[in-house]
Amino acid sequence: MNPAEVARLLGRILPTVQKPGRYTGGELNQTVKDWSAVDTRVALAFPDIYDLGMSNLGLAILYDILNHEADVLAERVYLPWNDMEAAMRRAELPLYSLESKHPVADFDILGISLPYESLYTNTLNLLDLAGIPLYQKSRTKEHPLVVAGGHAALNPEPMAAFIDAFVIGEGEEVILEIVRTYNKWKAREKPRETLLQALAQIWGVYVPSLYEAHYLEDGTLSHIEALTEKAPIPVLKRIVPKLPPPLTRFIVPFIDVTHNRVPIEIMRGCTRGCRFCQAGMITRPVRQRSVEEILNAVEKALAQTGFEEVGLLSLSSSDYEPILDLVRVINERFAGRHLNVSLPSLRIETFSAELMESLKDSSRRSGFTLAPEAATERMREIINKPVSTEQLLETAREIFSRGWHTIKLYFMIGHPSETIEDVQAIVDLCKAVLKEGRRIIGKRAQVNAGVSTFVPKPHTPFQWVPVDATDQIEAKQALLKRELRGPGLKLNWNNPEETLLEAWLSRGDRRMGKVIFRAWQLGAKFDAWQEHFRYDLWLQAFDDAGLNFYFYTQRERPIDETFPWDHIDAAVKKQFLTEDYLWSLEGRTRLDCRERCFACGILPKYADLRRKYPGETWECPEVRSPRSRSHAKTHLATPA
Amino acid sequence: MEATAYRYRLTFCKEEPLRFTGHLDIHRAWERTFRRAGLPLAYSQGFNPRPRINIGSALPLGYTSSAELLDFWLEEEVETKTIAKALIHAQAPGLHVREVLRLETKQPALQTQIQYAAYLVHLDDPPPIAEIQAAINALMDAVTLPRERRGKSYDLRPLIETLQAKQSDGTIQLEMTLRAREGATGRPGEVLRAMNIDPTFARIQRTSLIIAPHKVN
Repeated sequence: MNPAEVARLLGRILPTVQKPGRYTGGELNQTVKDWSAVDTRVALAFPDIYDLGMSNLGLAILYDILNHEADVLAERVYLPWNDMEAAMRRAELPLYSLESKHPVADFDILGISLPYESLYTNTLNLLDLAGIPLYQKSRTKEHPLVVAGGHAALNPEPMAAFIDAFVIGEGEEVILEIVRTYNKWKAREKPRETLLQALAQIWGVYVPSLYEAHYLEDGTLSHIEALTEKAPIPVLKRIVPKLPPPLTRFIVPFIDVTHNRVPIEIMRGCTRGCRFCQAGMITRPVRQRSVEEILNAVEKALAQTGFEEVGLLSLSSSDYEPILDLVRVINERFAGRHLNVSLPSLRIETFSAELMESLKDSSRRSGFTLAPEAATERMREIINKPVSTEQLLETAREIFSRGWHTIKLYFMIGHPSETIEDVQAIVDLCKAVLKEGRRIIGKRAQVNAGVSTFVPKPHTPFQWVPVDATDQIEAKQALLKRELRGPGLKLNWNNPEETLLEAWLSRGDRRMGKVIFRAWQLGAKFDAWQEHFRYDLWLQAFDDAGLNFYFYTQRERPIDETFPWDHIDAAVKKQFLTEDYLWSLEGRTRLDCRERCFACGILPKYADLRRKYPGETWECPEVRSPRSRSHAKTHLATPA
Repeated sequence: MEATAYRYRLTFCKEEPLRFTGHLDIHRAWERTFRRAGLPLAYSQGFNPRPRINIGSALPLGYTSSAELLDFWLEEEVETKTIAKALIHAQAPGLHVREVLRLETKQPALQTQIQYAAYLVHLDDPPPIAEIQAAINALMDAVTLPRERRGKSYDLRPLIETLQAKQSDGTIQLEMTLRAREGATGRPGEVLRAMNIDPTFARIQRTSLIIAPHKVN
């Protein structure tokens, strides 16, 4: 189907669907290039609807990088919502790109963002709507190369059967290397296998079809075998040694989307080492942007987009060292311009309230968010987020007295060794915070508790830990629902079934692919949308695939188990994770690693890079002597 | 109380790619255009200050327009030529600036000034012209045309001011002028239905919003 036919069909379909603005493209700052004037055409897809996909910073960055190349074009693809999908299937309209309305199957490369696991069935649906064979082994030279990346790709195994190549780690540099490799291959008319092998030579690219998984009798993984010597083991995570200048040319949607703002990443990585936090482990080393660079980016982005809000993003904004300077200068420079500045992820300290107040942010209406994650000091030591209860109450007092009426407190239940007393403590803490609020501002005070259930993630010190038993979760949630009610208190929680889905998808091995495929066949999609999640379909899919989900979710793993993701090297050593896990069992905490290096493995893995980019570029200590260099090389060559 | 502000009126086009973009979204698109243009938009007072922009008449979804009206207030007086230039430079694709005028601040709200709206309807798959002409004559000769909209009955006839068909190069276009006052607004889709034409297969463009309380043609 050609773009003119796609456009003609759209003209008939769009008047019949909700929010047609999701499907038209044509927004300010989109890039439309001459299809026939470039060598490589890349479709960048987010496997959910436009409203969510347009807020994905990673894809926006790749779009910008690719479109800066004269011989490359990149266009956007999102999933249609149910009404549009039905209309497209009825009209036999294939999935198309928003910019030029070309069918996705006509592109050379399809890049898919996988920031979280509940997008897996959507990914299959996306391939299906595009008319691309779902299984990578069924694709030929005629089909686009399907590449996926994002945090979920750090355990690529559950999706191994469907993806040609995964990007492990950061995409800013590797994306062009993939395009160049693709181009060379295309010019030579070689079989697809040649391309896959060439891609596997790129640092950070994992080509799952070049490996085979072997299992032990108990169902756990024995080892991953490289089927060719061109397939490296392990595959080391790609990083950019220095953060490139931030993106400033954002596409401005006409319709309302999830985040209507300019997102500027001020820092990547986190020095804190919370043991449940996958992002904190897989985005090391910590790299900051300078205040000047951020300010210029904000200025430029506002001029190019007209957005009314800027989000200064990082995993822990308070830990951005010049945060005070940044906030002060932003206030000076943007005074009187009706600009909202949001600063998410603040630490639990009175300073956070001062900081937010100085931003004159409109968050006062939406509430001030703190994430203690656990309510007892014992529990917070186990998860390595040591904050004292007194510190939390003091911060709450400061927030209420500076004019906020609502405090949102985020917790998780199901941490390792958690008891019902630890859960009761969540109730007590919320009530204690409310009491402070009542004392300071009276009846207007409000505490909203968001209590999710902990999912142990790959590449974290808790990767050995089981998901809490479902009856336990239910008992804990019942307690919370009983106690956290009444004036001034509100509770949000997750359905335990959604927790299990996240757990088996994030900890699965290659056999999980069968379950995902079957669940999709049975009709599972939009699993991240509460109202669309169909637990029953997934149970049936496990049955049909002859697998037991308990094996993936609630089984405690022995300390020496080989994990399905062990050949993916996130650069933090398994030995370090093991030690940190054992420390957690003793309630031993680790400081902020800016205070002292705990040898997580980043430095030896990237010693050469660190030497090239010394000083402030990374928060890690310097790497100096040539001796440590040869040491580093040995490390690189040895699988973890 | 509002601070001193200078009032202007913008005439703009809403083009094909935006025909499925709703009224509120167009409003926000203009807010952002003013921000990009660096023009000192005045804001409302109060707890939640909003930029002072006021679109005269919501355009139904699916329509294009060559003459939408938008009143806005600036904190400083700026020459209309300068404003137009800055807006044209910053305008979003599908929204085109046609004209910027300076207004007396004291004028009544734009919505209350609009009397009529004129539309041009392109029919994709038209019936023969004679049939259309007959339908027009029947409509215009009727004394009342009782219709129902959202469960409320109303008379369509007094809302139709003019209605004509034009044939050129094998295509047929309808031109109509309908009342566009608050509480008395004629909708082209309803007129088409009254003529037994399915509005889904028509492309409708608003060609003007008429402010002066005079009869057209």
